[in-house]
Amino acid sequence: MLRGEERPPGPFFRPEFWRSPLRGPWLTSVFGIVLLVGIPIVAVTGLVSYAAYNPRLPGNDITPERGLFGFYLFDWPTSPIWLYRLTQGVHVILGLTLLPVLLAKLWSVIPKLFAWPPATSAAQMLERASLLLLVGGAVFQFVTGILNIQLFYVFPFSFYPAHLYGAWVFLAALVAHVVIKLPTAVTALRSRSLRRELRTPLRDTRPEPPDPHGLVSPAPAPATVSRRGLLAFVGGGSLAMFGLSVGQTLDGPLRRTALLAPHGRDYGPGPNDFQVNKTAASVGIVPAETGSGWRLTLVGARRMQLSREDLLALPLRTYRLPIACVEGWSTEQAWTGVRLADLARLCGATGDGGVYVRSLQRGGVFSHASLSAGQTTDPRSLLALRVNGADLSLDHGFPARIMVPNAPGVHNTKWVRELDFRPAS
Amino acid sequence: MSGGLADLHRRYGAGPLHLAILLVCFIVAAYALTRVILAGILVGFVLWFIGAVILHDLVAFPLYSRADAALQRRRWPVNHLRVPAGLSALLLVVWFPLVLRAAEHNYREATGLSTAPFFGRWLLVTLALFAGSALLYVLRRATGARRTGRKR
Repeated sequence: MLRGEERPPGPFFRPEFWRSPLRGPWLTSVFGIVLLVGIPIVAVTGLVSYAAYNPRLPGNDITPERGLFGFYLFDWPTSPIWLYRLTQGVHVILGLTLLPVLLAKLWSVIPKLFAWPPATSAAQMLERASLLLLVGGAVFQFVTGILNIQLFYVFPFSFYPAHLYGAWVFLAALVAHVVIKLPTAVTALRSRSLRRELRTPLRDTRPEPPDPHGLVSPAPAPATVSRRGLLAFVGGGSLAMFGLSVGQTLDGPLRRTALLAPHGRDYGPGPNDFQVNKTAASVGIVPAETGSGWRLTLVGARRMQLSREDLLALPLRTYRLPIACVEGWSTEQAWTGVRLADLARLCGATGDGGVYVRSLQRGGVFSHASLSAGQTTDPRSLLALRVNGADLSLDHGFPARIMVPNAPGVHNTKWVRELDFRPAS
Repeated sequence: MSGGLADLHRRYGAGPLHLAILLVCFIVAAYALTRVILAGILVGFVLWFIGAVILHDLVAFPLYSRADAALQRRRWPVNHLRVPAGLSALLLVVWFPLVLRAAEHNYREATGLSTAPFFGRWLLVTLALFAGSALLYVLRRATGARRTGRKR
């Protein structure tokens, strides 16, 4: 015992302060096992999203100090075209769905935060330090993600490095927690039958037997809700989070179900009436730049300038391609334009060196983007001029925008002014 | 060998796997922290990280458990209130930048639309939750209320 004789500093630190009759290792383990399935999916899809930005190409990396955390990066593919739509939709929507489970898990173990004495061995002290990383990391990741998808940039840091490095702290602590606690959780899960709990009403709800972990209250109050009632409450929270936001990843009538999600909005029935992200006005695009004086500069073996009419006279292709945003929303539209590969050939390049795209947009991380060789030469990669049969609207990137299959939304650069096909030196 | 293990157990308080996995955890976390320093966001990052724990454990948790305790002091069908109230509060806490229009400027710049409809939507969902819960209560009473309704 390090400080076993000292009096606890406050009522929170006495085990009998915590009176919920539902807390116990079984309940904690049920929440834990749900998170153990869900969090790795959120984590992997998040790490995949970093790879999707092709951060090894010039100008694309928002976290150049990543070091070893870039060990897994790979060339992001163009097929299947819906892959990023799926992975990033899962990342955001599953994250939102798991929030109530995370909160329930934290509720179920809160007495341990106030365990007294704080640690009785070096092992316990280290473990509690890792729990600070675990709880801090979990809440940090959920809070920054949830604020970011609502464009509420109140945090005093750039989202990308904070969310990426926060993820690694969280994952390191999570792996340690799972390795240490999984045997306990498995034993606890076997201690009660889920099926029987789901049949047990309030009047038959009793506390779990006393446990060595200090989760079960030594002075339980009478139950006001059954275990199945609490599980239904948490599940209902997840269902509400999911049901009110998943629509922003869908097209068609179901999109209207996204009542509480930032990017499931209805713009109207027209060909350009789908989700806008970054209006022309907000990035300083003025009509004079996008009018008849606009020219697209191509740089390859030779440099040339094309008007919009020149482009429309080239062979045009139409593909249905999704825009899928890092914020989790997505929508598929029919885009018409000139193949990037055709534009590369036109200026004496092959596209095998990729392309560096510059926008009229002033400033901002995404006023330019590098596309890989694979992205540039894919026959479905377009410099899009029209959408759903109509000219692009200004907010959707008129006079011309990039549309690359399976690329993250921000790499589908709008208001393109230059395509540089020279291999990066 | 087993003597060494027993010694570790006695002095450390757990087995070698426990020690090893925690060391790995702290090494990865420390390396991440060096990335945070290189990114130039150390102070904000650490403040928000610690703040996240404080926000949850010492602000959010006491608030909601106190609110729940207050709800239980009355003689009413407590679960028919705490469930819709809890879900409504959850949705508000998650979506407050939209519902309370805190993100209006950035949102309008990005989407060209206003956050104005979100308050009404949240209210609508809240009303639907309470109405559904009330309806369920009435149905349970009407059908004999043999389950949760009568055991207060």
